[in-house]
Amino acid sequence: MSNGKVSQEQPARVLTPEMIDEIRSYFSRYPTRQAVTLPALHVVNRHLRWVPPQAVEEIAQLLELPPAQVQDTLSFYGFFRQDAPCGQVRAWVCRSISCALRGGEELLEHMCRRLGIRPGQTTPDGKLTLEFAECLGACEYAPCMLAGEELHKCMTTEDADRFLESLGVQVVQESASQK
Amino acid sequence: MAEFEPVLLANVGKQESWTRRVYEQNGGYQALRRVLKTMTPQEVVELVKASGLRGRGGAGFPTGVKWSFLPKDHPGPVYFCLNADESEPGTFNNRILMEHDPHQVLEGTIISAYATGASVVYIYLRYEYPLCLKRLQQAIDECYEAGYLGRDILGSGFSLDVYIHRGAAAYICGEETGLIESIEGKRAWPRIKPPFPAVQGVFGKPTVVNNVETVACVTHIAARGAEWFKSIGVPADPNNPRDAGSYGPKLYCLSGHVNRPGCYEAPLGITCRELIEHFGQGVWKGRRAKAAIPGGISMGLLTAQELDTPLDFSSLQKVGCLGLGTAAVVVMDETVRIIDYLYNSCRFFAHESCGQCTPCREGTAWALRIVDRIRRGRGRLVDLDILLEIGNTIGIIPGTTICGLADGAAWPLKNAITKFRQELEDFIRRTNPQGYMQSDPVPLELHTLEH
Ligand SMILES: Cc1cc2nc3c(=O)[nH]c(=O)nc-3n(C[C@H](O)[C@H](O)[C@H](O)COP(=O)(O)O)c2cc1C
Ligand code: SF4
Ligand code: FES
Repeated sequence: MSNGKVSQEQPARVLTPEMIDEIRSYFSRYPTRQAVTLPALHVVNRHLRWVPPQAVEEIAQLLELPPAQVQDTLSFYGFFRQDAPCGQVRAWVCRSISCALRGGEELLEHMCRRLGIRPGQTTPDGKLTLEFAECLGACEYAPCMLAGEELHKCMTTEDADRFLESLGVQVVQESASQK
Repeated sequence: MAEFEPVLLANVGKQESWTRRVYEQNGGYQALRRVLKTMTPQEVVELVKASGLRGRGGAGFPTGVKWSFLPKDHPGPVYFCLNADESEPGTFNNRILMEHDPHQVLEGTIISAYATGASVVYIYLRYEYPLCLKRLQQAIDECYEAGYLGRDILGSGFSLDVYIHRGAAAYICGEETGLIESIEGKRAWPRIKPPFPAVQGVFGKPTVVNNVETVACVTHIAARGAEWFKSIGVPADPNNPRDAGSYGPKLYCLSGHVNRPGCYEAPLGITCRELIEHFGQGVWKGRRAKAAIPGGISMGLLTAQELDTPLDFSSLQKVGCLGLGTAAVVVMDETVRIIDYLYNSCRFFAHESCGQCTPCREGTAWALRIVDRIRRGRGRLVDLDILLEIGNTIGIIPGTTICGLADGAAWPLKNAITKFRQELEDFIRRTNPQGYMQSDPVPLELHTLEH
């Protein structure tokens, strides 16, 4: 290190200057640095679609916290992925009571079958991560799905098929309606 | 009921109802101006106390009384947290307010912050509300431009900043001390109380946590007075000194098996049947209601015979429910199996328990495994008693847990098993004719662990 060369083991940094600026812009909102943990995780997640372990190290440096403290908070929320990036679109299908009463579970199962994945998984082409959600707060539109920032209301399996088609995602099983 | 004019939803449906221009055209921010010009913070607290307003977030605590718990002459800062985490299954009224009328929410927030001496507001907004985020942030920006936020608001000497803090899809962040921990950047483990947030809240400072609909009510109390608010709803029972009454307009969420699901405004105290028949235009497909969730899934179940129960702060307890909760009614028609409802409820709470208290973590997890096993045709009659025992022993009411999530998990179990015991027993007998009478310990492999 002393000769100025970067050691082989040093992992590449993942936070861009843009992300760092964005995270810093939250500092003035809170009296502690630790309070910026959740905003920082959201910034990284929005840019990378996951929060790799290296990002946790770098967030911890910025917030002057032990990495374990950031990791502790992160791991409490099932929301942040650390194994691999999410697909280009992340979609949540509601499985809570109002949606379940109107076919939410069948909708999720239908999409899983068509894609050949289980809830929480990403399609092999990386286009879509499909998840279940607990109540999305849109129960008047049951069954519903939040895809990225878009709420899909009162969905039928045909709507689901059209949604998958619009993404150009690889489908492993033809739907009954197309046979 | 026919002559009731919506107040909270008055602007919803108007073109660009979320802009400051439209809000002000309809009289918006007049109340704030008047409050800042003519009232002291203490007078606002007294006004809200006199209105009888009770919190709309689920617990129904009198708002003015909560504010008066703040320590006097504290050097500050005092924080105000607006609870916009809305995650109770069946509930979406906060979303409607923030999407369609964010200025109504902000006006109430600014007045509430003034009353409580807060200098910073954190709006804890659940992640799944991207349109609320956009509309709220636009509204906040408009408020800074208009001088309703920032330094020396309208020349009153009162200064306030409002920041949105985004959640990350965890129900427990709606519990007020879980919310506080989450703002601090920690895992959202609810705190043991006391100390209450009013004394030691976020960053160790005095803190008020209020629901979005609660502050929206404050806007109208400031505009129309305490007497007006008190003229709506159900007066306190004079024979019950502990009844604080059910005053004001209320947003009822209606979903499930009705013809017209939606968010409807009515005076507190309409009955569940009125809500279903009048607003929801009846049960769908010409069917009959079998049961209804009265106020979000945590509150338990009303049977078809109990649908005339008023949806107010004191009547639901009389039929064994936990309370009014979020006033979110979910209707189930006669085709619904109670075991499926129970499975859905148990799965939710097992998923959302923060894991901090053993009775809640283990109780919700085992309730789910047992209900799942019954549902798969391996149930025993004795399981119903085990489930009931779990229901009777987890929660802050029996005194075994830190927060009310466990009570919310317990009530569906208790109500389903006491109110629909015959159906559940029949189901167990029919689906497990060989084993329904057994009471030996169940081998672990009969419990699936993936949900
Ligand atoms: C598990 C749990 C979840 C809760 N979720 C919410 C919520 O999403 N929104 C809310 O306003 N209150 C929620 N509450 C109630 C809050 O703890 C608190 O009572 C409320 O925000 C106070 O505001 P209010 O007095 O204006 O109702 C929850 C409580 C519990 C126990
Ligand atoms: S009752 Fe349940 S959710 Fe509440 S603090 Fe305890 S473990 Fe967490
Ligand atoms: S239950 Fe699905 S959005 Fe509320």
